[in-house]
Amino acid sequence: MSGNSAPIAKQGQVDLAGEDAVAFQAAALMAIDPAGLSGAVLRGPADSRRDEWLDSLRNMLPRGAPWRRVPLGITDGRLLGGLDLVASLSTGRPIAQQGLLAESDGGIVILPMAERVEGETIAKITAVLDQAALRVAREGITFSQQVSLGVIALDEGATEEEHVAEALSDRLAFQISCAVFDPRQAPPTKTSRAEIMAARELLPRVCIPADLPEAFCAAALALGIESLRAPIFALRCARASAALAGRAEVTREDAALAARLVLAPRARQIPEAPADEEAPSPPQEQDSGQENSQRAEEQPSLEDLILAAAQASLPKGLLAGLGVAARQMARQAASSGRSGMMRRSARRGRPIGARPTAWRAGLRLALVETLRAAAPWQEYRRREKPHHAALVHIRREDVRIRRFKQHSETTTIFLVDASGSAALHRLAEAKGAVELLLSDCYVRRDRVAVIAFRGRGAEILLEPTHSLVRAKRSLAALPGGGGTPLAAGIAAGFAMAESSRKRGQTPVIVALTDGRANVTRDGMGGRAVAESEALDTARLFKAAGIATLLIDTAPRPQAFSRDLASAMGARYVPLPFADATRMSAAVREAARMPAPGS
Amino acid sequence: MDGALTGFRPASRGPDAQSSRRGVSRRRDEAPAPITSPRIRNAYPFSAIVGQEEMKRALMIAAVDPSIGGVLVFGDRGTGKSTAVRSLAALLPEMAIVAGCPYACDPASPSGGCAHCAVLAKGKKHERRMVPVPVVDLPLGTTEDRLAGALDIERALAEGVKAFEPGLLAAAHRGFLYIDEVNLLEDHLVDLLLDVAASGENVVEREGISLRHPARFVLIGSGNPEEGELRPQLLDRFGLSVEVATPKDLASRVEVVCRRDSYDRDPQGFLKHWSKDEAQIRDTVLAGRKRLGSVTLPLGTIEKAAELCMALGTDGLRGELTLVRAARALAALEGDLEVGPVHLRRMAPSALRHRLRRNPLDETVATTRVEKALEDVFGA
Repeated sequence: MSGNSAPIAKQGQVDLAGEDAVAFQAAALMAIDPAGLSGAVLRGPADSRRDEWLDSLRNMLPRGAPWRRVPLGITDGRLLGGLDLVASLSTGRPIAQQGLLAESDGGIVILPMAERVEGETIAKITAVLDQAALRVAREGITFSQQVSLGVIALDEGATEEEHVAEALSDRLAFQISCAVFDPRQAPPTKTSRAEIMAARELLPRVCIPADLPEAFCAAALALGIESLRAPIFALRCARASAALAGRAEVTREDAALAARLVLAPRARQIPEAPADEEAPSPPQEQDSGQENSQRAEEQPSLEDLILAAAQASLPKGLLAGLGVAARQMARQAASSGRSGMMRRSARRGRPIGARPTAWRAGLRLALVETLRAAAPWQEYRRREKPHHAALVHIRREDVRIRRFKQHSETTTIFLVDASGSAALHRLAEAKGAVELLLSDCYVRRDRVAVIAFRGRGAEILLEPTHSLVRAKRSLAALPGGGGTPLAAGIAAGFAMAESSRKRGQTPVIVALTDGRANVTRDGMGGRAVAESEALDTARLFKAAGIATLLIDTAPRPQAFSRDLASAMGARYVPLPFADATRMSAAVREAARMPAPGS
Repeated sequence: MDGALTGFRPASRGPDAQSSRRGVSRRRDEAPAPITSPRIRNAYPFSAIVGQEEMKRALMIAAVDPSIGGVLVFGDRGTGKSTAVRSLAALLPEMAIVAGCPYACDPASPSGGCAHCAVLAKGKKHERRMVPVPVVDLPLGTTEDRLAGALDIERALAEGVKAFEPGLLAAAHRGFLYIDEVNLLEDHLVDLLLDVAASGENVVEREGISLRHPARFVLIGSGNPEEGELRPQLLDRFGLSVEVATPKDLASRVEVVCRRDSYDRDPQGFLKHWSKDEAQIRDTVLAGRKRLGSVTLPLGTIEKAAELCMALGTDGLRGELTLVRAARALAALEGDLEVGPVHLRRMAPSALRHRLRRNPLDETVATTRVEKALEDVFGA
């Protein structure tokens, strides 16, 4: 296959088969310029369709090009390089060992389950992508080396929240959704290695039209793409596409393809439709074999063409997702994209040094520190035991183990009853308590989130964030009035607590309410149903063992609130004359207490 | 003999790839070479960065007067922070060191440098050598032993000799230490850096080694504040802070993309095209250094600076010191003979915005507070 056989999507039409072929074309482009395009995110479950894509890429790379998988829990030593344990001990001298990144120079690195990779690992990989070099200073070795590689991130996230860290996806040219791979379609004609090599030779000589950078930048702006990497990748993609077709000049087809592959997946907004969008009217173009030159007079400007191509490929449900996107942009919180870290054992976490200890199974040896501890004694020990065959005499007291710091971030989720029954001054005190706690959270580096419920349902006012300014701003905007949809509020709080847990944080729920539930989950009135629903939902907390604190703000504490607290397994604090200081003291207590087991 | 690094395969690509292996099989008195990038590959030239005037000026000021204390660059990813810092190294003039000293001591220094220098001199004057000013990168994943220095394992195991192997802090002495993603730096490394930056000396007490060596360097950091808060003690260590953002207007964005594209296609040609501008910036920095000593600082200016800091409520006196020094360096850079209110006004945001006592709930952005105080103190 050579040339762009995928039909360019006509304005307003989307050709799914086209998407499939286009995605496989991305593999060919990657093979032509792996370092320049830096890589791709493949989003979708692990199945044969994804493997087909990976295989096609692999078969197009030069024979013998490195193709390495990065396991999820990889240590720094393996990733960056370090001491070779076996060799060092057997020869008695420190022997350095190349890491996985250095070994992949000139090839491709695969990141399976990329949405779960630790932030630190992502940071090291992006550092190599940014500088095209690997710099290492650890475990007794210091070196720097030029490394150019491409990264394929396999995103297996199931929900909207689970996605690859933006720090990584911004640095990779393509974002491909595996959903477009149609298994009923015959796989597109393969490009041979020879064709790829020829394209690589041609690539440095490919020229671009002078107005192309501006067209890409303008289109990116119109699509709401902030990052400047997108237009740069689009240029490189257009060049690779021209080289693949054997041309030394980038044409409009190449530009449109780049728009579909690079710009469309990153789009954050639908550009405003220009007034003359409908200008090339249907009666003229019916057959797909129409030459472009025949409509030279009606040809849209380069920028319009790029925008149209990108729009045709906009991800499904972008409109629906725009609400989410707007909140995400407003949030600006760095999402680490790390999900599913359910448990942390003593072997994982951030290394924070080594210390001497009695050796036992399950601990990680800190090799260099152990060798250093043993080194001064070698002379003496050799004299002591001249017949001993070991090259390095290590005693128990030399052994150092690696210590890890586990994540223990707390996310404090405030569930605030903003209904009319919670009198205005309660709300003001609740806000005051939250503000006092925010300064605590700043010191402890905790996160804070706020969910308010009133009227018909619950609303997330603030996603978990470190930013205290934003926290205060969201509280200031909190309105009051309406019924009390208690069950909905509790359910929303539970959902957020669970997602926090998945990210390895410890959630603490603080519910401020007067317990006068009168709106059911469906949004209907009815005290009895509302109360029973609230109790049912509350039991989820106890079952999940989440630390909860229920602050009762009713002027006269009711029995129901106590029942609710015991259903939640929560500490119950009646504060009829609630004042901010006492509330905040109670929450601090709750944060310190262990999860309820009783 | 190939000795220690037998298992190690160096880079196999290209004639311009270099891999310098340090840390094992090295003579004790060899000066530790810095890990710099620009010599290995063609670093993007400083003068070719589009916009970001505040950041470029802050970096030039840090080069003119190292005593100001370094620059912290805040901003999103992809705004050219790391590019600017790495290209700074190419602009710096060379410095004189004592030949043979592993810590690159200053031959003109009155205290005579470290213990090695005393041994080398043996009562005579030191031999000098000119070397480039080190700009040491603190790579991600650095361990403490490489930062502070540690026992040289190979010599200890093979020869039974207790030798100290200097680390990155020694390599950065009298130069710059660049920390990318400074808010991701691990806590125990931050502690070590704070300690050394405060005292100017690295004290090593581990694995049977006990020594101290001079380590005075300028910290340059870059990071995205959204990804984590920086400790106030660490923030205070940086003399100037700068905020950068991706340009919003189309023309600048197009210019960034076009320049990056031409650089990618032909790095050598691009560098040659910009070499005149680079030389100009280097000359400006050099001239600024020469003039620095002769710029006068009137008492009135010092008083204004103190007034400004009091109005803002900055903690301690470092705010005033930094502001005054930065203003003087700016005057030197621009060829003015005296430090005046105009220099104070221009440097106040950089010098003070990260030192304001933080009320975490105050919504006003730090820069706005500084500007407001400027208006109060200097008038409109």
